[in-house]
Amino acid sequence: MRKPVSVIAAGVALVLAGCGTSGSPGASPPASTPITIGVSVSLSGDFSGDGKALVQGYDLWAQDINKSGGLLGHKVTMKYVDDASSTQQVVTNYQNLITQDKVALVFGPFSSLLTIPASTVTDRFGYAFPEPAGGGPKVFAQGLHSIFFVQPAAVEDNLVSYTKWLLSLPADQRPKTAAYATQDDPFTQPQIDKAKSLLEAGGVTTASYKVYPAETTDFSPLALQVIHANADVVILGTQEPDAVAFVKAFQQQHYNPKSLIETTGPDQGKDFADKVGAANTEGIMVPAGWTSDAKAYGNDKFVSEFVTKYGGAPGDISADAAEAYSVGQVVDQASKKANSIDNKALITALHSGTYNTVQGPMSFDSVGKPQGGVGVYIEQWQGGQAKFVYPASVAAAKPEYPKPNWP
Amino acid sequence: MSLVLEAAVLGILTGGVYALMASGLTLIFGVMRIINVGHGALVILGAYLSFAFFRSLHIDPFLTLIITMPLMFGLGVVLQIVFIRPLKTDREALSVLVTYALALGIEGVLGYVFTTNYVQLRGWYETASFAILGFHITYVYVFGFVLCLAILGVLFLVLYRTTFGGAVRATMLNRTAAQLIGVDVDRVSALAFGIGVATAAAGGVIFGITNAFNPGSHYDLISRLLTIIVLGGLGSLRGAIVAALIMLVTEDITQVVISPVWASFVFFVILVAVLVVRPQGLYGVRVRDRI
Repeated sequence: MRKPVSVIAAGVALVLAGCGTSGSPGASPPASTPITIGVSVSLSGDFSGDGKALVQGYDLWAQDINKSGGLLGHKVTMKYVDDASSTQQVVTNYQNLITQDKVALVFGPFSSLLTIPASTVTDRFGYAFPEPAGGGPKVFAQGLHSIFFVQPAAVEDNLVSYTKWLLSLPADQRPKTAAYATQDDPFTQPQIDKAKSLLEAGGVTTASYKVYPAETTDFSPLALQVIHANADVVILGTQEPDAVAFVKAFQQQHYNPKSLIETTGPDQGKDFADKVGAANTEGIMVPAGWTSDAKAYGNDKFVSEFVTKYGGAPGDISADAAEAYSVGQVVDQASKKANSIDNKALITALHSGTYNTVQGPMSFDSVGKPQGGVGVYIEQWQGGQAKFVYPASVAAAKPEYPKPNWP
Repeated sequence: MSLVLEAAVLGILTGGVYALMASGLTLIFGVMRIINVGHGALVILGAYLSFAFFRSLHIDPFLTLIITMPLMFGLGVVLQIVFIRPLKTDREALSVLVTYALALGIEGVLGYVFTTNYVQLRGWYETASFAILGFHITYVYVFGFVLCLAILGVLFLVLYRTTFGGAVRATMLNRTAAQLIGVDVDRVSALAFGIGVATAAAGGVIFGITNAFNPGSHYDLISRLLTIIVLGGLGSLRGAIVAALIMLVTEDITQVVISPVWASFVFFVILVAVLVVRPQGLYGVRVRDRI
């Protein structure tokens, strides 16, 4: 009998096409008793790079807090377990940390993807869940009161500062048209949609708006459409590979928008410059919550200690590490405010007041969404380095506008 | 130049790269009747090998092929002898599992050695371009297309003008009959697998210059390559080339005319329509293996 080989091959192709892309809280222990803080981190899999950076940030905070006498007098030990970037393993990990290891507190893992399932477990056990990297709309849509996203703004608000800056430009310089393209990703698309509605409300016409599947590998036709729209500004919802591809395609076609911002990619420092070429980075913008030269609370100390402990240059420090460090800062201040490290007291404390971090001040609403701060800042590549340019309160340089032409 | 025409030109140029990557896959299927699900991972491995030489020795990515193609040819021969040759029964189904394991292994090793961060190969030709009717054509696509033509041309010469090519085609037509007339099909299979993997290295270089990649990039790649060779007809080199061009031109035009979200869908509609009329694909041959 003849084997239906085409059928097997087509089946395999279809299957693979689908692959690209699912107790009671420890009561406050007596003062001076050492405590353990449990974290599930991705030490392997897709998020392994980010997971390692989180560990660095958490470890540095633990070292600092112990040097200053501990968290409200309790010496802190961090316990990490690897979740291999898996949504199943992260649930098991927090369950084990809470029920078997009986950790006093838990901190968050990397990504919205892992934070969502993890937060349902920690919430069930009544633990406060301050987390550094889960800011997608779905995290807050759960309506949990125990989760706190320790970044300056929820993901969908990442481009709000950028739109404010564009609309604050003098009328004769203000852009008249904008072109948008974004991956259909829960991290990127909400940012672009919000920016689009804000700019349209501010009188900037939409020249083009395209959503593309995350598994797209050939970005040139998309770039062609953006180029043909010939808009004043280009706003792209990218991850790193498409961020690089768009920059190259614009250069190839000699297309020079007055301003270009990408949600992810240009924030990767030397990694980004290596791929597009340092000279080609000039003027490209990216929303960023943290940079090593920001004038934020305790940032100088964090940066110098980080370089002493782990080596490298300040510019190489991952924002993930700063976000993890901020989680510790927030919990430290909340425990002092509540005069307790009991989870219930911490949850109550975190819902009121403002907390200072290396990413700037922040407060949280009833579902843990960061509020009231200046929002995410804008970074712009100038002279081969990404610098904070907006808002003026944290800016290390003035924004370059219009963006210089490609070299 | 109009947007649609520009998209078509881009489709043809990138189609050449996909044709090169798919040619190895279809050759391997033709000779051994196995579906090499690991082919995408081998393309990425080729890109990483070039990246390693590019980074450490600062050699131009295209020149690294002088080193990586022979290396990958050797690797292909070894892989065939160790993993594919022992499969004696139910080769088609078992090969999917074995080569998928191979892909996971390659992905794991690459992740360990190079980390999962994205990297990209670079050269002066990646953004330099020349204009035709106001549309700028980038040199890298032209070089890539020429390289594809050259390698595919050599492949055709080997297959149709040499004794070894005769043995390969005999094995493709009928393995048992080829054995009966004295063709060493094991040797032919090992060499054909090596050639297929070597072309993956060449495809990998161009993929690596035009795309940022990481060890996990092979998933999206292999699903596209498999659909190309199914459309073209499993085992047909000519089919792979024509199908790659159809796929990329259709997708690129759909992206600009309708929406990126519909790009793959439109291509799959064409694929299904062709398979309904010609179940063996555009250039496939209906083969009766066993009577």
